[in-house]
Amino acid sequence: MISGAEIMVKCLQEEGVSVLFGYPGAVICPFFDELTHTDIKAVLVRQEQNAAHCASGYARALSTVGVCVATSGPGALNMITGIATAYMDSIPLVCITGQVRSDVLGRDVFQEADITGACESFVKHSYLVKDTADLPRVFKEAFHIASTGRPGPVLIDVPVDVQTGTVGEFVYPEKVNIIGYKPSVHGHPMQIKRALDMISQSKRPIICAGGGVLSSGAKPKFREFVDKTGIPVVSTMMGIGIMPTNDPRYVGMLGSHGMKAANVSVHNADLVILCGARVGDRAVASPDQVVEHANVIHIDIDPAEIGKNMKTSIPIVGDMKNVLSQMLKSVDYTTPDEWKQQIAKWKDEYTVSVRKYDGYVEPKSFIAHLSEKLRPKAIMCADVGQNQIWCANNYRIRDGRFFTSGGMGTMGYSVPAAAGAKMARPDRDVIAVCGDGSFQMSLNELATIAQENLNVKIIVMRNTVLGMVHELQDLHYGSRYAVTELETIPDFVKLAQAYGIDSAMAYSNEEAEALAEKMMQSDKPFVLVCNVHPNTTSR
Amino acid sequence: MKYTLSVLVENHPGVLSKVSGLFSRRAFNIDSLAVGITEDPDISRMTIVADGDEYIIEQLEKQLNKVIPVIKVRTYAQGEYISRELSLIKVSCPAKQRLDIMKIAELMDAKIVDVSVNTMTLQFADTLERFETLTDLLKPYGIREIVRTGTVAIEKDSTAARK
Repeated sequence: MISGAEIMVKCLQEEGVSVLFGYPGAVICPFFDELTHTDIKAVLVRQEQNAAHCASGYARALSTVGVCVATSGPGALNMITGIATAYMDSIPLVCITGQVRSDVLGRDVFQEADITGACESFVKHSYLVKDTADLPRVFKEAFHIASTGRPGPVLIDVPVDVQTGTVGEFVYPEKVNIIGYKPSVHGHPMQIKRALDMISQSKRPIICAGGGVLSSGAKPKFREFVDKTGIPVVSTMMGIGIMPTNDPRYVGMLGSHGMKAANVSVHNADLVILCGARVGDRAVASPDQVVEHANVIHIDIDPAEIGKNMKTSIPIVGDMKNVLSQMLKSVDYTTPDEWKQQIAKWKDEYTVSVRKYDGYVEPKSFIAHLSEKLRPKAIMCADVGQNQIWCANNYRIRDGRFFTSGGMGTMGYSVPAAAGAKMARPDRDVIAVCGDGSFQMSLNELATIAQENLNVKIIVMRNTVLGMVHELQDLHYGSRYAVTELETIPDFVKLAQAYGIDSAMAYSNEEAEALAEKMMQSDKPFVLVCNVHPNTTSR
Repeated sequence: MKYTLSVLVENHPGVLSKVSGLFSRRAFNIDSLAVGITEDPDISRMTIVADGDEYIIEQLEKQLNKVIPVIKVRTYAQGEYISRELSLIKVSCPAKQRLDIMKIAELMDAKIVDVSVNTMTLQFADTLERFETLTDLLKPYGIREIVRTGTVAIEKDSTAARK
């Protein structure tokens, strides 16, 4: 006989899971107990939301499915924000929650919450397992659904009696057969031909690259396509890193907080090729204006994204890697020189404004400087707020990755995501950049970082305000700073030290650069606190 | 404009909430939703009547397709389907009006399923238009209660089938 908990662990082993992030509780104990007989590493986080963020960082760093585990009720509920964050950014997660006994479900017993109901709109799919015998099929399907098509989180809610219940033997299904789930992966040849015809007639084409390029593992194919055609590229925030920042064909991030050159290029193009980008409102505020003068080719694995936010001339549904391979076979196009020169001119013309204050670190130039000190494949995790925009526009990415909470804009993402990324890729430099607001949303994870001795470098931009909203209040609310001033800020250096983590504070770029140098040489975690002037703007 | 969608889903508990939740969270307006098991006991069919423009219906179709237990979504074009709705209508009916209401029922092909001293209950299965005609005819007598199943629809095989 084999117990449900043992089956759950065996399923994870079948899926090649070696690390998971979680927080225990009474009704998930059978599962955690079984883990002690395996070599699966369970990382104890300090709050369940961060288990999901850690798993997200881990999943992104390894292009695999991240796994997070929580108990029923409050544990599961805490995890929701993390799940929703992953859902908005299409990150593949399998989220396992314990549940109260199935015979008392719905009676509001201790720590009972209808988590599958609560998560309905934030998950790609969810299961409430009622029978131990269903576990192998459910796990097989969950990993399949999370990682194929448009990736996303899948929730498995397992009542404690399903974990303790037994069945005769464990058989892991070899194949998945879900009749309603067969994502199309190859672009329709006719649509590809039409798209190539449209490209060949374009004089001012531009590619808008989004997170879909990265999640399909299409970066090399994408760069090959750009090499072959010379079409200039803007990226969404989720698409940062598809092109190296210093590539002459890369214009920058577009959007309300992006580079002006990128927005001007899109608004002057006669053809916009959307690659794995969903045209979110922060990326393109007025899609109707764009389509007035431009044709749109939209390539995405999720048909529901095509035509949702922007009218499309040619839709191509398929996996980015396959579609680009199909296009590369017969593309024959060279971008006109005038258009390339025009874009180069805009890039020179519109630059980031930098203003220095005495006694403060100027964050934009510091981020640019720091980029050069990291190894090429570094993983940069930006939090949410001004720090995110400083990083997005000034971090000079080469062959590394840029992780942030793009769609949901969840403050506190960077520290746990960096911890997860470091678990996945101990060989890479992993940096988290956050503000004093966002840092305080997940600084409890310093304990996780210390416990696992994760060599994560955390940079806290301490500007004593909730900068992004503060800036909004300057622009639209007559500089009335309603509830955005962090009057009491703990001494972050002492705080980090209290967790046994080295830390120092910088009051100028010179100091920050010297500390960064030292920080990168150490093989231990480090918290570098930068004193930033509250009036420093995001762009 | 009204659209009729036919949605095949896996017959599991929880599927209805996954589908119906979609309407509220994506802000779609639906007029009716009827669910029943098909000839295959593992599969149910939902017939949804929704109000909206082409963009909204396209989005609705695509979002429905994303729900994992949804197997197939079809939006029926005008004239290519037969739709019916079952309704039970309780009308005030003192003895002296009985004959009038029986006449209306006969005329409209409604069946009288219950009679009491003061009421009469009609069972009616037809299109929305004919339902409206029937209720218009009954209104003067005083409609006490109406219970409707929502529209169900099936694709036509012959062009001769009655609309």
